Amino acid sequence: MTNNPFPLPKDELLAAYRTMRTIRDFEERLHVEFAKGDIPGFVHLYAGEEACAAGIMSHLTDVDRIASTHRGHGHCIAKGVDVHAMMAEIYGKATGACRGKGGSMHIADLSKGMMGANGILGAGAPLICGAALAAKFRGDGGVGITFFGDGASNQGTVLESMNLAAIWNLPVIFVVENNGYAESTSVDYATAVDSYVDRASGFGLPGVTVDGTDFFAVYEAAGEIIKRAREGGGPALLECKMIRFFGHFEGDAQAYKAKGENDYNRTNRDCLKIFAGRVTSAGVVSAAEIALIDREVAALIDEAVGQAKGAPLPSARDLLTDVYVAY
Amino acid sequence: MARKISMKQAINEALDLEMRRDPTVIVLGEDIVGGAGAPGEIDAWGGVLGVTKGLHAKHGNRLMDTPLSESAYIGAAIGAAACGMRPVAELMFLDFMGVCFDQILNQAAKFKYMFGGKAKTPVVIRAMVGAGFRAAAQHSQMLTPLFTHVPGLKVVCPSDAYDAKGLLIQAIRDDDPVIFCEHKALYGSECDVPEESYAIPFAEANVVREGKDVTIVSYGLTVHRALEAAETLAKTGVQAEIIDLRTLSPIDWDTVIESVETTGRLVVVDEANPRCSIAGDVAAHVAQNAFGALKAAPQMVTAPHTPVPFSPVLEDLYIPSADAIVAAANKTTARALAA
Repeated sequence: MTNNPFPLPKDELLAAYRTMRTIRDFEERLHVEFAKGDIPGFVHLYAGEEACAAGIMSHLTDVDRIASTHRGHGHCIAKGVDVHAMMAEIYGKATGACRGKGGSMHIADLSKGMMGANGILGAGAPLICGAALAAKFRGDGGVGITFFGDGASNQGTVLESMNLAAIWNLPVIFVVENNGYAESTSVDYATAVDSYVDRASGFGLPGVTVDGTDFFAVYEAAGEIIKRAREGGGPALLECKMIRFFGHFEGDAQAYKAKGENDYNRTNRDCLKIFAGRVTSAGVVSAAEIALIDREVAALIDEAVGQAKGAPLPSARDLLTDVYVAY
Repeated sequence: MARKISMKQAINEALDLEMRRDPTVIVLGEDIVGGAGAPGEIDAWGGVLGVTKGLHAKHGNRLMDTPLSESAYIGAAIGAAACGMRPVAELMFLDFMGVCFDQILNQAAKFKYMFGGKAKTPVVIRAMVGAGFRAAAQHSQMLTPLFTHVPGLKVVCPSDAYDAKGLLIQAIRDDDPVIFCEHKALYGSECDVPEESYAIPFAEANVVREGKDVTIVSYGLTVHRALEAAETLAKTGVQAEIIDLRTLSPIDWDTVIESVETTGRLVVVDEANPRCSIAGDVAAHVAQNAFGALKAAPQMVTAPHTPVPFSPVLEDLYIPSADAIVAAANKTTARALAA
């Protein structure tokens, strides 16, 4: 039997790969379907960033809560939100995760601890402080993770929340998904510090920067700070440096990127390729096992798209429901 | 047993009773305990005007002072509500909504609908409203219409201590986000309030004075101005019926319409600025739904379309006066009485 040099047992490695592959295929397929004109509204794809969601969410259960972003599909899938319900939601169908009333930017499943993708940048940080405060009052050991990009890192809500989490010693992890671009604006232009660790230290928080294309780097760094937060050690910041394969939203011509940037990243910095390469070359997982997951996920996404396209639309009466619990 | 207490005491009592009843009720805000981390007394303030004074001694760390970060702590209250707590967050002055409105407008108000009905956000945001404290343009506004405009929010504004207690208890038990507006000029006003717990349902307006000639609709401080006006009107033989809306969203249209169907005349008094105000809303609703009953055009008595001024002489002109209400009522009755 081959020695497993990784920090996860084989079944968890396979599960992590399945999560990342599911996110990738979900997003690649949306890219294709969106171009056909069947999907309404704005769609922001997470392809290229999968290792961050999967590496962090491997440490979480339903008692833990996350607040996501406009680029939230990856967080949803990694947190266990049903892929069929997500796809139907993005198509605006009555069977969607939010019955067609939220769309891509607002997918949520509170039963899974997923407090919503969010169309307002930086809005999740205060909310997750509240989730962590609730966990603290309940004493259920839950932690809260708020994801935000390098763009939203400059929102006052995020900075206020870092201070609040610090003074209340809340079990909150601030995850900066630094993909280098706030929409089209470079992080070098918009953020004054070179490292988000410096920003964290300004709030008295420990911080760590990892290569977000390396699942294992994310997994290990996240594991340490999540454990610390769970045990009452307080909040921390994790910066994942990552790659956004697509534009800010679908339809973005990405003229602000360097020539050849996307091709280079697809070839050399694809977190799935990097992960598969490592686990297969170590002999822990076989190429056949990877290929089997690829086939199963492809079938799942096909099925999800097929179901979503065939699903019923909301009815006129749905317009007026669920504004209040009671009014 | 009822005894006379102030609105401030009534609010304190409502918080105390609900915190005793339900362990998920927590209270947070700036200086709501007071003196956190400072060398002097604990519970030094109990809120900037002392409304939450003494609650810390009874409920300890379920009351939390916050840093001056309205977005962070109002958002945290909303997040905690979405995770099973019933937080009461104090925004101090409703004017401060400007720094945290996203959390109210785009988060709390939207979760239920946007997530397909699967969320509930039982948060109460208490805040002082209204003019009369010589506090000028950023601490005196009646911003109720900004919140009634937003689907998903409920908006409450009591006019006395009895209503404040019952409506706040209802607000805390309510499963939707509630903006609870406390008129600072009413904090000291006293009336009979039962010691025990009671909840006043939302969308049940209170007919505080019955009359057959003109319906005067208001809420908050101006209910008392309307009562003064009614005394004056009575001396000239005009009997005004006064309706205190109590809750602005949801709103009790039935009571308003029924009254107008009897009196045929409507005056709406609102301390908010006139455009897109509660006054305009009520006048429009009555015009659309009880046009046949109207004997005269509905009248609105509101603040002018200006910020709240500082100088006492100007501020006194800003707040709708009893005289202005009398004049508006006379305008609706002029034809009938002259005939």
